[in-house]
Amino acid sequence: MTLTRGHLSSLEDEAIFILREVVATRARPVLLFSAGKDSIVLLHLAVKAFRPARLPLAIMHVDTGHNFPEVLAFRDARLAEVGEPLVVASVQKSIDDGRVVEERGPRASRNRLQSVTLLDAIAAHKFDAAFGGARRDEDRARAKERIISLRDEFGQWEPKNQRPELWELYNTHVRGAEHLRVFPLSNWTELDIWEYVRRERLAVPSIYFAHTREVFARDGLLYAATSAVTRLPGEVPIEAEVRFRTVGDMTCTGAIRSSARTLEEILRETATATVTERGATRADDKIGEAAMEDRKREGYF
Amino acid sequence: MATEQSTTDLLPPAPRRRALRCATAGSVDDGKSTLLGRLLLDAKAIMTDQLEHVEEASRRRGYARTDLALVTDGLRAEREQGITIDVAWRYFATPARRFVLADAPGHVQYTRNMVTAASRADVAIVLVDVRHGLVEQTRRHLFVTRLLGVAAIAVVVNKMDHVGYAYDVFAKVREDISSYLAALPLPGPIPEVTFFPVSALVGDNVVERSSATPWYDGPTLLSYLEGLDVEERASRGPARFAVQWVIRPQNETHPDYRGYAGRVLSGALRKGDAVTVWPAGLHSTIVRLETFDGDLALAPAGTALTVHLAGDHDVGRGDLISVDGEAQPTLSREIEADLAWVHPSQANVGVPYLLKHGTREVRAVLGAIVHVYDVATGAHTSGASGGLTMNGIARVQLRTADPVPVDAFATRRETGSFLLLDPASGATLAAGMVRS
Repeated sequence: MTLTRGHLSSLEDEAIFILREVVATRARPVLLFSAGKDSIVLLHLAVKAFRPARLPLAIMHVDTGHNFPEVLAFRDARLAEVGEPLVVASVQKSIDDGRVVEERGPRASRNRLQSVTLLDAIAAHKFDAAFGGARRDEDRARAKERIISLRDEFGQWEPKNQRPELWELYNTHVRGAEHLRVFPLSNWTELDIWEYVRRERLAVPSIYFAHTREVFARDGLLYAATSAVTRLPGEVPIEAEVRFRTVGDMTCTGAIRSSARTLEEILRETATATVTERGATRADDKIGEAAMEDRKREGYF
Repeated sequence: MATEQSTTDLLPPAPRRRALRCATAGSVDDGKSTLLGRLLLDAKAIMTDQLEHVEEASRRRGYARTDLALVTDGLRAEREQGITIDVAWRYFATPARRFVLADAPGHVQYTRNMVTAASRADVAIVLVDVRHGLVEQTRRHLFVTRLLGVAAIAVVVNKMDHVGYAYDVFAKVREDISSYLAALPLPGPIPEVTFFPVSALVGDNVVERSSATPWYDGPTLLSYLEGLDVEERASRGPARFAVQWVIRPQNETHPDYRGYAGRVLSGALRKGDAVTVWPAGLHSTIVRLETFDGDLALAPAGTALTVHLAGDHDVGRGDLISVDGEAQPTLSREIEADLAWVHPSQANVGVPYLLKHGTREVRAVLGAIVHVYDVATGAHTSGASGGLTMNGIARVQLRTADPVPVDAFATRRETGSFLLLDPASGATLAAGMVRS
C-alpha cells in the first residue's frame, strides 16, 4: 500500500485544509465564484471539505454586467446542482448608486470598478474572510502574496507588511473591520487546474473550448465583438476559431486562436504554452509593470 | 479515492510525486538570480511575455544586461529599489518532476524571510561564492536551514569559472561548510548535504554537465533535485491527526452523523486503530476514514479526511489524535523552545501571548529567555541583555495556560512547531520549535 498522495491529491489536501482552517475560525466566510475554471475547482473543493453538511460559507459573484452569457448560465446551473444560494454583487448597481463612475471611451472596462463593489458587499454582509481562486503562477504580484492575506479596514493590501506564513500554521486572526482574502489554490498552476478538472470530471463553461466567434483585434489581443465593447474605426469583426484561457469581463478578456475542442487538447495546449494565461488574454495587466499590485492594493481579488 | 491516472494515452498523467519544495538562499552577489534564471529558463518556466517584460524593465532601468531578478521581484518597491523584500514563489516543471521555489532575499529582513521559506522546504539550495567561501551570510543561511530542520541541503559552490575550476578550492569550501554544520549546537540529525561545483553564468553543472570539472562525477543540480526522495518522510513515524472542524449535518438523511474533519499531519491512520485524543486523554477506535471520494483503509500523512470514532465523545477543533502503541506526544504546560522572532515589536518576558499549535490556540507566557543565538556563528551569547527582537533567534521557556500535546521539533516537525501571536492585534510574532 502506497504511503504517498501524489501531486494532485497533495494540492487537494492542502486546499481542503486551508478551507477548513478559515471556516472554523472566522465568523462569516464567503467564497467568490465567477464560474471561471479556478473558482469551479475551489467550489468543488469546498464541497469535498464540508459534505455531507450544507456548506458553512456564503457564495458570491461580483457581476460586472459584462459577463459572457454562457458563463452566467453555467454559474446558475452549477449553484443549483450544489444546492446552495448565490449572492450577486452588481457593478451596475454600484454605478446606479453613484459609488463608482463608469469609465468612458472605447477602452472603458468595469474591471477596476469591481473592487469597490466587492468591498461594499464584504462590508454589507459583514464577511470577514473571502476565498478566491487566484494562483501565484498568474502574476508577479500574486507570487508574493500569502495564502491567508490580511486586508485592512479599507480593504487594502499592504505588500511590504505581510504576516510571515510558517509551516502550515495559518494565522486567521482579524481585528475590527479587517478581513482576510484566502487563496487555497495559491500553489496550483494553470496545468494543475486542468489536470484536476480532468481527474474530477468537472464541467467548465463552453467558452473554454474552441468555437467559432466574431472577434476583432486590439493591442495584440482578440476580443469578442459584442455590444459591451465599442469598436474603434478600423476594428472590423472577423470570424475566427478561438477559445478563452481565462474567463472575466468581456471588456478586458481576450480570446486566443485555438482548435482545442476537448479537455485533452486544452491540456496539450497548456503544457506547451509559451505565454502566461494573463499575458495572453488580459488587457488589465498590460497597463503597467505593477498593474496587478496596484489593483490589489485597492482591494481587487 | 480518485486515482491520478490519465483517461487517455494522449498525454502523460499528472505526476505521482508531489512537487518538490525548494528554498533558495543567497544574494544577487552570489549569482542567485543568475542561477534561478538559468533553472527557470532551461526548464522553460519563463514564458515569452514574462521574458519580454523583464527585458523591457531592465532596459528602462539602464541595465546593460537583462536582470533575471526582475522575474521574481514583483512588487513596485522592489523594482524601484532594486532589492528583493519578500519571499517569492515560483513554479516550474521538468518532464521528471514539478517544483516550487520559495526564494528568500539575501539581505533585507533576512532571517524572517529565510525562516518562512525554509519552514516548508524539502531542500534548501544555499549559494556560496567559491572565491569567498564560508562568509557570514552563508553561516546565517546554514544556521537557519539547520534550525528549521530542512532535511536536505544543496550547497551550490558558484563562480567556479573564476578559480579556474580548481578542485582544491572547491574541496576547501566543502570541508569548511561540512565542519561548520557538524559543529552547530542544534538537536536533530545532521541533514543530507550535497555540494555542486557550478558556474551559473556559464551553466556548468546546473542543468548540463560541465566538461570543465572532470574531477566531479556527481549529478547536476537539476538532476539531483529531480531525484531527491523526500515524500515519505512525514508518513514514517507516529501518527498525528489534528481535528479542524466537526461535521454535523443534523438533517434527515444524517441525523446522528458526527465526523471529525482534519488532516493527517504525520504518520498514517488505519481503520480500526485504537487511538488517544489529546489533551483530554480520551480513548477510542477509528471506525471510519471518510473522504468525499469514498472510505479509506489507510490514510498517509497529508490526507485531508473525516475521521469517525467509536462511542460518543466530546471531541472538537484543537484536539490531536494519536495511535496507541506508537510514540505519544508529551502533554506539557512548560515548553522549552527555540523562537525565531519575526515581528518589529520586542519579546517581553511575563507578557501573555497566544500560542498556536496544530489547530489549537492557548494562552502562553514567555517565562525566560535562556540564551540568544548569534545567527552568524550559531554560538550562544550569554544571557539575553539585548533581548529578543526582529530577526533574532533565542532559546526560551514558555508556560501555557492549558496543557499542549507536543513533540520535539527534531523528531516531528508538524507537531513540534508553533506560532506566537499577539492576542490584541492578531499579528504573528514568532515561529517556535519545541526542544523539550
